[in-house]
Amino acid sequence: MLEKYRGKGIRGAFLIFGMSDETFSINCAANIPEDVDKGWFMFFVTILNYSYWVSGSILGGLFGELIEFNTRGLEFAMTSMFILIFLEKRLKEKRHNSSLLGLGVSLLCLVIFGSSNFIIPSMILILLILTFKREFFMKAGETK
Amino acid sequence: MTMTVGQHIVTIAMVVAGTVITRFLPFILFPADKPTPKYIQFLGKALPPASLGLLVVYSLKDVNIFAGSHGIPELIAVITVLAVHLWRRQMLLSILVGTVTYMVLVQLVF
Repeated sequence: MLEKYRGKGIRGAFLIFGMSDETFSINCAANIPEDVDKGWFMFFVTILNYSYWVSGSILGGLFGELIEFNTRGLEFAMTSMFILIFLEKRLKEKRHNSSLLGLGVSLLCLVIFGSSNFIIPSMILILLILTFKREFFMKAGETK
Repeated sequence: MTMTVGQHIVTIAMVVAGTVITRFLPFILFPADKPTPKYIQFLGKALPPASLGLLVVYSLKDVNIFAGSHGIPELIAVITVLAVHLWRRQMLLSILVGTVTYMVLVQLVF
């Protein structure tokens, strides 16, 4: 993201400030067409996600109690989105070693540390493995 | 736990500071006019696919395969999402079908 957000001026500051999990996922996997300005594309992804997030939170806070229909399972929309972005990235990348590393290490840490404590150990372990096996992951992230 | 207004303000300020620092720090440490170290560039390329893998696991972290519905609705919905996406490659369609499938499963079937 350092390279992508480089030289975007004032917009860059907003891109950095407004980055959420969802925005990161979209901006790092999106196939931006040649004739579309990358800076503006990422700017709109960021500001739209940000505004949905803020307005969604406000609406939820104000009217959450009034919703009658059963929303159980609605949170799967987020799961679907992460799975799809992961899939899209996989379909586009040349080598899958980093994707698989992320899945594998996180699963392992989830089993060891449990669902509320596994994120930080996963991140550290991923970072350590990438660092010490740098040769093996050299081509990770390259697109076809 | 009830908090005073002062505690509210401090809490929100800490959260804001945490958010802003973690986002801007990398861009301050590696400014545009200096070449970013090779190692950091490597991480910039190699880390995102792994992070997305972590996010996938994170979004399914509360599934318990040993109790309740044993993760079967999640499994079915994940397969549905993947299948619909590989068939049509339409993000919104895949999310919609997957979410509706999951909601029907957890509300009516399991």
